[in-house]
Amino acid sequence: MMDVVIPPFERFYAEHRDAVYGHLVRLIGRQRAEDAFQETFLRALQGYPSLRHGRYLRAWVFTIATRVAVDDGRRARPEEPGEVDVESLDELPAYAQLEHLADELPEKERAAVVLRYGYDLSYADIGAALESSEEAARQAASSGVRRLRRRLA
Amino acid sequence: MNVVPEALDHRFREAAAALGLLDVLYDVADTPVGPLLLAITERGLCRISFDPEPERETESLAREFGVRVLREPRSVDPVRRELDEYFEGRRRSFDLEIDLGPRSAFTRLVLDELARVPYGDVTTYGSLAARAGNPRAARAVGTIMNRNPIPIVLPCHRVVGSTGNLVGYGGGLHRKRLLLDLEEAPV
Repeated sequence: MMDVVIPPFERFYAEHRDAVYGHLVRLIGRQRAEDAFQETFLRALQGYPSLRHGRYLRAWVFTIATRVAVDDGRRARPEEPGEVDVESLDELPAYAQLEHLADELPEKERAAVVLRYGYDLSYADIGAALESSEEAARQAASSGVRRLRRRLA
Repeated sequence: MNVVPEALDHRFREAAAALGLLDVLYDVADTPVGPLLLAITERGLCRISFDPEPERETESLAREFGVRVLREPRSVDPVRRELDEYFEGRRRSFDLEIDLGPRSAFTRLVLDELARVPYGDVTTYGSLAARAGNPRAARAVGTIMNRNPIPIVLPCHRVVGSTGNLVGYGGGLHRKRLLLDLEEAPV
């Protein structure tokens, strides 16, 4: 595939801001989504010049947003309402051990695997992040996992 | 569908500017010669464009100055203010830092000389070429005027043909006429 040129940040931001905001509202509620939104796009700005191509930008920024929401959930006290509904924070360290392997996956599978097993997103959300369907997200994650298993075997 | 609240959108843009994370900040200003895109870097004013379609201009700004291009009205206010004063006839020269970006030495020299042509005065392509050290480069100077990244502030509207005809203008001849009339130039 030809490398896709990275668009000016304004275009990237305008294209994905509403989807990212909606994603954060679903994860941590409207009130906390506001700070998380700003943090997400500031982090995106920091990483933006080092992107090598403009493919899967939505999956990339969804991954950042999800990480921001997870960090926010860790800081929030457990009894506080609107706690992160990413269920298995305990499994994150285990996933972290796999992350360097996931780096070698094709872009789309990598995003699906990271969002599914790293952040426990639903396939519907991953589909939105990949700008495709829930079913395509499921397939990308499962073929990514098969590829990882083969590599580990 | 959730839409980002306007206040939040503004807050992000201002934070990005305040943290110095941007290569280029821009906005579109309404002026008597139509909407103008105004863009700055941390070094100064880097673009004034008559193209009312900012999208097209952000591509070229990204190529020249870096991909972190964001619309941020407040940062551009000093430029907007000076232009307003100019169009109201209250300002004859601009006190703005300029960032020409990656341009050849000759282009810089010519634009530097151009900046010295006073308000209400006109000069010719040939005379500008001579002042930049190459009297035979009138045509090259014409091309440089046509591609002037910062029209109005770098006053290429003050450059005319040797017989006093207006020749051409990147923003359209009617705008050149309007600017010369505003300055009550003798052409």
